[in-house]
Amino acid sequence: MPWIDACATNDIDEEDLIRFDYEDRTFAIYHSPDGAYFCTDGLCTHEHVHLEDGLVMEYEIECPKHNATFDYRTGEAKRAPACVNLNTYRTKVEGGRVLIEV
Amino acid sequence: MAKRDYSLLGPNARQAVETGLAAAEWYHTDIPRKQMKELMQRSDQPAIRDTVMLFACMIVFAAIGIALWPSWWSAPFWLAYGVLYGSAMDSRWHECSHGTAFKTRRYNDWLYQIASFCMVRNPVSWRWSHARHHTDTIIVGRDPEIVAMRPPALFRIALNFLGILDAYDGWTRMLFNASGRIHPEEASYIPEQEQPKVIRIARIWVAIYAATIALAFAMGSILPLMVIGLPRLYGAWHHVLTGVMQHAGLADNVTDHRLNSRTVYINPVSRFIYWNMNYHVEHHMFPMVPYHRLPDLHDAIKHDLPAANTSMWQAYREILPVLRRQLAYEDVFLKRDLPPTAKPYREDFHAAALGAAAE
Repeated sequence: MPWIDACATNDIDEEDLIRFDYEDRTFAIYHSPDGAYFCTDGLCTHEHVHLEDGLVMEYEIECPKHNATFDYRTGEAKRAPACVNLNTYRTKVEGGRVLIEV
Repeated sequence: MAKRDYSLLGPNARQAVETGLAAAEWYHTDIPRKQMKELMQRSDQPAIRDTVMLFACMIVFAAIGIALWPSWWSAPFWLAYGVLYGSAMDSRWHECSHGTAFKTRRYNDWLYQIASFCMVRNPVSWRWSHARHHTDTIIVGRDPEIVAMRPPALFRIALNFLGILDAYDGWTRMLFNASGRIHPEEASYIPEQEQPKVIRIARIWVAIYAATIALAFAMGSILPLMVIGLPRLYGAWHHVLTGVMQHAGLADNVTDHRLNSRTVYINPVSRFIYWNMNYHVEHHMFPMVPYHRLPDLHDAIKHDLPAANTSMWQAYREILPVLRRQLAYEDVFLKRDLPPTAKPYREDFHAAALGAAAE
């Protein structure tokens, strides 16, 4: 699986996320409170809503439309109306850039 | 438009899916991410304060009501208790279903379970129903929570000021679910893996009501039912009064909450009971913002919204003539003007739905 250069580390505030589109796919990249970076699919598994406008609270992302909640480290759906986990992708930081393996 | 069919399994439901009205992209006022993040931040403190006040008032009013029972001097205390049970619990159910009342999730869940019981709304079914209401707000055949359908059933709405139809539906659905069955309409929005929870909760509730009724028989008095069950009827009027204002008389089948939702300035007591849901355009546009930040959200985006109604009285003076006209011609609705600072409505996008504005 190729590593893709997604963004600069300082593009994402701590405890926040940004949207990253690549080819015909869309992702969400998170900056956790302990300084690590994570990547999941960009769309909520409940309905076709992008998580980019959602709220990051510690290690969870809450969907902006129906408040479905996921652990963005594992993709686990934590709160209805989401019942299906998010796909997650490996990340690494090199030279101030966040790379995701997709 | 042909006669509306509000069934979730009917032709309008299929049409909404075919035309892309279902699960569509909705208009949002632009607001900087930094500001939005700040508005979305959760806090336990405001909801703990309000919840302590709510339950303290309920305990005091019920205790005085019981102490004065069966004298008519107990009536004002039952009326006050009833409004908190049958109306304030509606807004608590609502806010906690969004998970925005408290920062701590288990506090949301506790209050959500209690409020759901008071309102006779199965906490699992109604969580999904309300998610649909937010996905497809006032989309005919998709939104299961439309209060004022067209033509408006004014008699039904009037009966619900005493909770009669809502509570009857809630209790009959509770018995239906307790028998181990899920209604086909519920099955259209509740995932299969969640359905056993619906049945389990319905059975717990039946046990609570059975114990309350048994106590009433044992005491030879309806007093236990004045505390549990009946307040859903005699205290419902306030949540219907405020709830009807949310969308009644406005557009349906549009994807801009400025066209189908209403913000109304109301008195502080009603705002406590209603937990700020009078800022309803704001709530629908940004459901992640907790109730206690909705006034701030309103200030941030009001330049892009129709002017808020100045009082409940003024809102009803706007709503009732439209509902009356809808009795004869159901396509009539109220299209409110936007201020010059607002982004205009997408007339091209809503052309079909916006064809028959009342003014």
